[in-house]
Amino acid sequence: MIRTPLRPLARILSARVRGENPDAIERENLRLRHEEIRDRSRRRAEGRLLLTAAIFVAGFVVIGARMGLLAATEPMEPRTSVGEQIVAERADIVDRNGRILATNMVTNSLYAEMRYLVDPVHAAEELARIFPELNQDRLTSHLTDPNRRFLWIRAQLSPEQEQQVYDIGEPGLLFGPREMRLYPNGSIAAHVLGGAAYGQQGVSAAEIIGTAGIERMFDAELRNPDRADQPLELSLDLTIQAVTTEILSGGMRILNARGASAVLMDARTGEILSLVSLPDFDPNDRPAPALEGDPADSPLFNRAVQGYYELGSVMKIFTVAEALDIGEITPETMIDTQGPIRWGSFSINDFHDYGARQSATDVIVQSSNVGTARIAQAMGADRQRAFLQRLGFLESSPVELSEAISARPLYPENWSELSTMTISFGHGISTNQVQLAAGYASMVNGGRLVHPTLLRQRQSGTLGEQVISRQTSAQIRSMLRQVVQRGTASFGNVPGYAVGGKTGSADKPNPAGGYFSDRVLATFAGIFPAHDPRFVLVVSMDEPVETIGSEARRTAGWTVVPVAAEIIRRTAPLMGMRPQSDAEIELAMQNALFAAQE
Amino acid sequence: MRNFLYVISVVSIIGLAFWAYRENHLTQLSMSEVSRLDREIAALHEAISVQRAEWAYLNRPQRLRELAELNFERLGLQSMAPEQFGDIDQIAYPERVVEPVLQASAEEYVLIGGIIEVLGAIENVQGELTDVFDTAQEQNP
Repeated sequence: MIRTPLRPLARILSARVRGENPDAIERENLRLRHEEIRDRSRRRAEGRLLLTAAIFVAGFVVIGARMGLLAATEPMEPRTSVGEQIVAERADIVDRNGRILATNMVTNSLYAEMRYLVDPVHAAEELARIFPELNQDRLTSHLTDPNRRFLWIRAQLSPEQEQQVYDIGEPGLLFGPREMRLYPNGSIAAHVLGGAAYGQQGVSAAEIIGTAGIERMFDAELRNPDRADQPLELSLDLTIQAVTTEILSGGMRILNARGASAVLMDARTGEILSLVSLPDFDPNDRPAPALEGDPADSPLFNRAVQGYYELGSVMKIFTVAEALDIGEITPETMIDTQGPIRWGSFSINDFHDYGARQSATDVIVQSSNVGTARIAQAMGADRQRAFLQRLGFLESSPVELSEAISARPLYPENWSELSTMTISFGHGISTNQVQLAAGYASMVNGGRLVHPTLLRQRQSGTLGEQVISRQTSAQIRSMLRQVVQRGTASFGNVPGYAVGGKTGSADKPNPAGGYFSDRVLATFAGIFPAHDPRFVLVVSMDEPVETIGSEARRTAGWTVVPVAAEIIRRTAPLMGMRPQSDAEIELAMQNALFAAQE
Repeated sequence: MRNFLYVISVVSIIGLAFWAYRENHLTQLSMSEVSRLDREIAALHEAISVQRAEWAYLNRPQRLRELAELNFERLGLQSMAPEQFGDIDQIAYPERVVEPVLQASAEEYVLIGGIIEVLGAIENVQGELTDVFDTAQEQNP
């Protein structure tokens, strides 16, 4: 742009000639210049305003058009494209062979809408006839209440009941579709499965939430719609679980026990094939938790997982294993078993007097408290505690049940020398049976730490850390075998399956202090086959009495051991294990001991 | 000419309108068909899950045990026990009979073998003989 001078010389000279004021020319030029600047900035501002207006108009047009479109189209429910997943919103639970343990069924709930009711009194009368648990008077008062518009009558209906309700012919009684959690096997594996209940309810649907057991532990996974068609695979085997339950409940009846439990575990992977706790319940109709009395007497109580008890002599094997592993003793070392040991006001005694000295093997075979206590004393409190810590006895068992997390073992805060001695034979420390089974598995499988699990393990290659040497493990297996051959568990011998194991009969603690003299918790921890253990079986009974003989017998050898033997006799063939001859077993035992020494 | 264009455009509008109407109708039909199929699939899914549940319920171990006990006379089913394992030698296999390809006894087989050998030899001899004859013919035409 060519800038016009304010005082052009030519015009000024001519103005001066004409006698005019040259300043007027300058002002005139200045005015023109200002006007030009003003026009330019106005044009720019107008452009900006127009642009803003255009953007706004476009926005309004888009929104308006969208609103018009929405208003003009017919309303339609959103839908998934293929095969609407109405059913199976909660994933199934299956056993290791794919047999269903928990699934869903479609059913209907029943509710009343008062504005459609024709004859509420008659409806209440008929409903009370169909469902005996309904109170007719209360139902009538609810249905005729002018302030109520809606009433839930039942959460689930069977098809027969549904038909009967249809037959009343009352238009105000309406059905809402429901999914129902079904446990087709009834009380089998009830404690593992737990149970489920309705959470938030609407007319057309209700959410199912797990209330206990594995249903609660894996609630989020089971409810995940992405995984609805992938069932949760448990390590349980339905057939073995059923057989174990059958035998255990038979044994419990014969022995007049208050409760019983059993855990069958794979000795290498820690998979639990069977976990039974009796008395049990039907998860389809889960009883309400007992509000009074001992919760441990409720059928809901899972004795194998929630029940932390002093298990007695079954724990001796850990003391001896530790001593063997460190090299403190060999199976042939002679141990002083002269009792009783006096410790202040406390004395440690044996069931029988076993004489002054016994070999370490015989301490286990004859189950000498004095001998085990002496070994533990020599080992010391710190090493014992560290060993039990390593085997996981001082923490909640890591099994996948919601109940397992809340229950914890009991052990002395101050691990004194006396505690060390009593803990060596299973008193002064409480343990649950899943932990015990895992502990035995770790002892006998070659010394690899086993983590108990209820989920099927796809890859079997993951081995735990080495907790004791292979040689110690072989020695322990030989000791456990001898307990069955010539020791306290002689009824546990199942021809062909080389059972090994250890019994424990712990006096039950009296809530008033001290211990009961006539109430025991009898436990058997068994392994089979002893030369190459594949399975660990822990069977436990609460206050069993064997009354066939002249005197009542309560020790584990007379009560739980025969039951455990029957479980092994029945389940081993189911797992495809072929019985072996005595000569084969003997040879295999010696080969295993020999192989471990190298 | 102009009238002709008018007629053409009116006719084509009518045609297009008819086509659009038909397409719209067909679309709605297929959409309702799809939703009907969806409902059917859902109902079948539901039926499958009910039947799976029923299968599991009917095969529950307790019921099977009761059935085995009820029908013991007929079926004689017992619990599995270690004694039931046996050796493969204990199984009485039926006598192994090999169907002969030819209907012939062993002696006949030997005979047939002999015949085949003889025939082979004869062929060789014949071949040699033909050679001899051929050379003889060549030499004495």
